[in-house]
Amino acid sequence: MSVTAMEQAHPSVPKARRHGAREAAIAALAVSPAVILLAGLLFGPALAVVLFSLTDWQLGGASFNFIGLANFQALFADALFWKALGNTALYVVLVVPGTVLLGLLVALLIEASPGLRGFYRAVHFLPVMSTMSAMAIVWGTMLHPTIGLVNRLLGVFGIAGLNWLRDEHTALLALALIGIWQGFGFAMVLFVSGLKAVPQQLYDAAAVDGCDGPFARLRLVTLPMLGPVTMFVVILTASRAFEVFDSVRVLTQGGPNYASEVLLTRLYAESFDYLRTGYGAALTVVYLAIVVALTLTQARFLERRVHYA
Amino acid sequence: MATITLDGIRKHYGETEILKGVSLDIRDGEFLTLVGPSGCGKSTLLRILAGLEEQDAGDVSIDGRSVNGTRPKERDIAMVFQSYALYPHLCVFDNIALPLRTRRLSFAQRLPLLGPLVPGRRVIEAGIRAEVEQAAAMLDVTHLLARKPGQLSGGQRQRVALGRAMVRHPAVFLMDEPLSNLDAKLRVQMRAEITALHRRLGVTFVYVTHDQSEAMTMSDRVAVMMHGELLQVAPPEELYRDPQDLRVAEMIGSPKINVLPAAYWHGQGLPLPHCVPASATHVAFRPEASRLGPPADGQLLGTVANIENLGSDLFLHVVLRDGPVQPAVVRLSPEAPRFAIGDAVSLWLDAGRLLAFDGAGRRSATYEQVAA
Repeated sequence: MSVTAMEQAHPSVPKARRHGAREAAIAALAVSPAVILLAGLLFGPALAVVLFSLTDWQLGGASFNFIGLANFQALFADALFWKALGNTALYVVLVVPGTVLLGLLVALLIEASPGLRGFYRAVHFLPVMSTMSAMAIVWGTMLHPTIGLVNRLLGVFGIAGLNWLRDEHTALLALALIGIWQGFGFAMVLFVSGLKAVPQQLYDAAAVDGCDGPFARLRLVTLPMLGPVTMFVVILTASRAFEVFDSVRVLTQGGPNYASEVLLTRLYAESFDYLRTGYGAALTVVYLAIVVALTLTQARFLERRVHYA
Repeated sequence: MATITLDGIRKHYGETEILKGVSLDIRDGEFLTLVGPSGCGKSTLLRILAGLEEQDAGDVSIDGRSVNGTRPKERDIAMVFQSYALYPHLCVFDNIALPLRTRRLSFAQRLPLLGPLVPGRRVIEAGIRAEVEQAAAMLDVTHLLARKPGQLSGGQRQRVALGRAMVRHPAVFLMDEPLSNLDAKLRVQMRAEITALHRRLGVTFVYVTHDQSEAMTMSDRVAVMMHGELLQVAPPEELYRDPQDLRVAEMIGSPKINVLPAAYWHGQGLPLPHCVPASATHVAFRPEASRLGPPADGQLLGTVANIENLGSDLFLHVVLRDGPVQPAVVRLSPEAPRFAIGDAVSLWLDAGRLLAFDGAGRRSATYEQVAA
């Protein structure tokens, strides 16, 4: 219907209001695909999980009862849950700074190198492209106590190797190193693009102002200008570290003695090994709450210290 | 206080020769402007002078001391950039204080957190604060000291950049198109402020621009550059009145100088103006060096195509009969007899102010000028 046709059809409605309503309708239509997808793929399932967490349903069971917050009570009383939560936190605390610093360092080195930048970028990005479960098997072999490359290399220097993945003290550390190895390439690519966006005139101004050493330049220009990228990398790395699963599942299954049990392996075991879907859903709700809270606080905290030029 | 000597500066980027042996003496306390179209090498020359780039050949000396191969911070210069180049994470105070802090504080005193605990820092910081506040007051940015650059307008950022440059009292100020990012009105205002600053500080200013009006209004002397060479270095009024190269004549002055090929006169069956030497291939005249009259025999004939009334001046665009597409621009006073668009007119040239150029674009003296 054209505008004039509408005017004729509703002569009493003021033109401006009709125009506003029409615009609102078009706007609603335009955002509807995104809304439908978000509702179907994100909010719907999340709501379903919240509902499941209030029941005693078991996977494949014919019936279930609402049991209120009993699942959560059981969860918070479970020492294993706290162990997994602690391990996950430690994993995140190791992986995030490791990934960000290594990514930044490699990005700075690549940008400073005179040639072969594309080659170095591709090489360091390869782990990001690889499938974690397959790479985990490779790492499993490398970390093997007798035939593994790592212990053999250490042996060359006369250092006695450890049974990395079977030792309570090193299992989580080894997994964290694998996590850093897998993720730093992504951070590196983001930092490289951030470095390219730093205006040359700022470096020139710094040189005229007396800051021409590599560290002075880094502190005065490069790091502040990388603020927005760093914020993005930290949030992304943290949320990815929180969902660590495949490497743990393939290499240690959470062992030895739950030394590398993390939230998602716990979730998987409860939901799919023991089929306690309601309990698993409660764990998922806690996990989601932590990730959302973490992301929001990080964004708010970091935003204050980030300067968009 | 410093003189600057550039001697035979050359610079290549790959195959392209950006500077083809530029030599220039800049006097102590002078405001010298490098003007030229983009890509002519003027910014490269300034960056070489600053030490941000190194020349392939030639010498740079400041105050008689060769500075070849020295770093920018060893040259006692300050620079203002087109993009202002303020540090976005530092407030205005810290931006202006930075050149002082890097020079006066030791490495330990500059450390974050620990720095303030190092002995001696308090006294130095107090001195820095006083000088920053003095510079800020001079540029009228005192009320902005606590703000971040992102919260400032373009003109305010430019003032802060000037403050950061002058706070250290450098011997030489280098400015690379500092007004290009400002709107037209602010540009005119900042032009006056920068020249006032130059008069007050009395130090050497080297200013790069592509805008001939900035060059003409601000400078003691202007160096016109094109294709990596200096065409002419002279005070603005001399460049305007007495350009030594056709390209200089065309670049300086607004409206642009009128240029006619000598062959045009032959084509019209007219003799060349008697003062123009036979070797000249082009004859040029400023809008104010010509008059209009009713069509008359023996004169250049044309039609009024457009009239620009600026209030103080009238500029008439005259398309010459069988002449170039580009109309000749003639300045008339508003009190002069009026012409209307479409009027047939004749163009009378003021022989004493004609400029003649040979085939290579070099100036040939006219007979009147030789006699004078």
